[in-house]
Amino acid sequence: MSESEAKANLAQQASGPKSYGDKTNSTIISSSPYHGLWALTNRELKKWYKNPVILLLSLIQPVLWLGLFGKAMNFGAIFTEGGLNIPGLNIPKEVINQLGNMLMLNVFGTSDYFSFLAVGMLSFIIIFTAMFSGMSIVWDRRLGTLNKVLSTPVARGSIVMSKILSSVIRSLVQASIILVLAVLLGMNTSSMTLLGIIGAFASLALLSFGFSAVFLMLALRSTNQNTQMAIVNLLNLPLLFGSNALFPANLMPEWLQAFVKVNPISYATDIGRQLLLGAKGMGTLAFDFAYLTAFAAVFSIVGIVLSWRFLAK
Amino acid sequence: MSGDNSANGERRAIMQIRELKKIFNGTVVAVDGVTFDVYEGEIFGFLGPNGAGKTTTISMLTTLLRPTSGTATVCGFDILKEPNEVRKRIGVVPQEYTADEDLTGYENIMFCADLYGIPRKVSRERADELLKLVELEAAKDRKVETYSGGMRRRLELACGLINHPRVLFLDEPTLGLDVQTRAAVWQYIRRLKEEYGMTLFLTTHYLEEADSLCDRIAIIDHGKIVKIGSPKELKDSLGGDVIELGVQEAEDDLTPLMSSVQHVKEVRRLTPSEYRIKSELGEVTAPMIIDTLRSKGYKVSKISLTRPTLDQVYLELTGKSIREENGDRMQAMRQRMIMRRARG
Repeated sequence: MSESEAKANLAQQASGPKSYGDKTNSTIISSSPYHGLWALTNRELKKWYKNPVILLLSLIQPVLWLGLFGKAMNFGAIFTEGGLNIPGLNIPKEVINQLGNMLMLNVFGTSDYFSFLAVGMLSFIIIFTAMFSGMSIVWDRRLGTLNKVLSTPVARGSIVMSKILSSVIRSLVQASIILVLAVLLGMNTSSMTLLGIIGAFASLALLSFGFSAVFLMLALRSTNQNTQMAIVNLLNLPLLFGSNALFPANLMPEWLQAFVKVNPISYATDIGRQLLLGAKGMGTLAFDFAYLTAFAAVFSIVGIVLSWRFLAK
Repeated sequence: MSGDNSANGERRAIMQIRELKKIFNGTVVAVDGVTFDVYEGEIFGFLGPNGAGKTTTISMLTTLLRPTSGTATVCGFDILKEPNEVRKRIGVVPQEYTADEDLTGYENIMFCADLYGIPRKVSRERADELLKLVELEAAKDRKVETYSGGMRRRLELACGLINHPRVLFLDEPTLGLDVQTRAAVWQYIRRLKEEYGMTLFLTTHYLEEADSLCDRIAIIDHGKIVKIGSPKELKDSLGGDVIELGVQEAEDDLTPLMSSVQHVKEVRRLTPSEYRIKSELGEVTAPMIIDTLRSKGYKVSKISLTRPTLDQVYLELTGKSIREENGDRMQAMRQRMIMRRARG
């Protein structure tokens, strides 16, 4: 205690006589270690919502996927009337339709592929936004903003956490818009409940948390946005196709299934399909949630620890 | 530590830098054990070629970089043991334009205030006060992307002062600005210093500016401080004013004659009829030399008097002119970017 008092005295001494008036001695600092967290998050969000063009552009891709991929790949039509026509065999249409429906339910867990894909697209927009969360830290470093922030007493962890939080908030807003659009385009709403929607978004939030942390970590030391772009491009398709977002995992080859089983996107999508479409999932909801929570917690903690060490050069 | 005799009115060190050293990747010595004090209330200039260790030193003092060895205290706090206490008491105006272009000037300054955790009530007052001081009141609700280079600089200054720092670090505060804007920015800096009684620690490329503004200057090269003192002391260290003169139709060596003149320190015969004379007081010596030569029947054909500039000191100490240096690619790119934004 006496040691800290001595230091305080020293500081007082160094800050000199009060001849400059109270201005010089009025360094007011709040006691919370997370002051600045909201300021940093809000800055990121402001840049986003004040520029609706970016929001619009970021929505175009998943909407295109939904519209083109979801509507064009009309798997249901393969198995129902028109798709299945074996010459010589006179199978009644009802039987074919019945069979087709059963097939769809068995394979996709829902009777139309569009609804199946719509849930996958929710995960898609989440990881897409998360992937670019790292870009902003690269820019901050290049423009010198990062150094400026680092020279203030703001908690180092807050810097990374603010980027994660803003990315989570952004991606959830985008996911809500996608969900509304999907419903308007004909997504099956028969088993949607408010609680189910909340649960699905909770899982998306966890997914976003984890992936934002991962991509921020990759960008912590980077000074080049091209490297960051290359990483994003390298990882986005494997992550997406190596999950159940576009196609059910149980029809994939074993080795790919093994990857799907560790890919967190699969778990968020699984939760979404169970809660929004009433589909039979690949695991229990509890396990899915536990997996995602662990994923988000581990990577955001690692991210914060690394930021203490690596944020400054 | 070194004697701070505040009692008998001597200057007190607000920063004490002791054997501060930074080695990158185990091999590149950026700062090679510098030791100096910065006194409270002074304007301290830090000069040196690119890569000499200026930015690295500033980065260590502003707690962005951990030194490899050595220590420094800022406002009485150790930069390694209590970096957060240091951060609370310093302001940094970086070389770059760090303000967010998508936000307004006022939003930017409030953002800085929030980083220091300054309560809203206080920060609003301070923001208004600072914006008035740097004359950005009228533009405070405009997006920064519409600001001119000088306006941006002033906004950076205001942001750096939001926590009323005891020490303000300015890294190349006028880089890329035109002469008039530079003068204006310096006027603001002086006014802010008077208003808040801070200590200023700055680096600049413009030696005239350093000469006229700084109380003391340290010249750093290859990671070491080669000279430290007031601008006058540094210039005097070159040995005074230089008089060059030509004598008509003279075969005789006039060196002894000129050396006898008062204040003359050194005479060199450049050609049979041209001499270079070093003098402590050039403006007094020059007419005296002319008189002396006339009285002996010699005729002075031409004469010039040069006073040492900081440029010459810099050249002598670092072996290169500050204008001709080349930084690494990254730094050059960054500076070009700053200049573009300053002029845009």
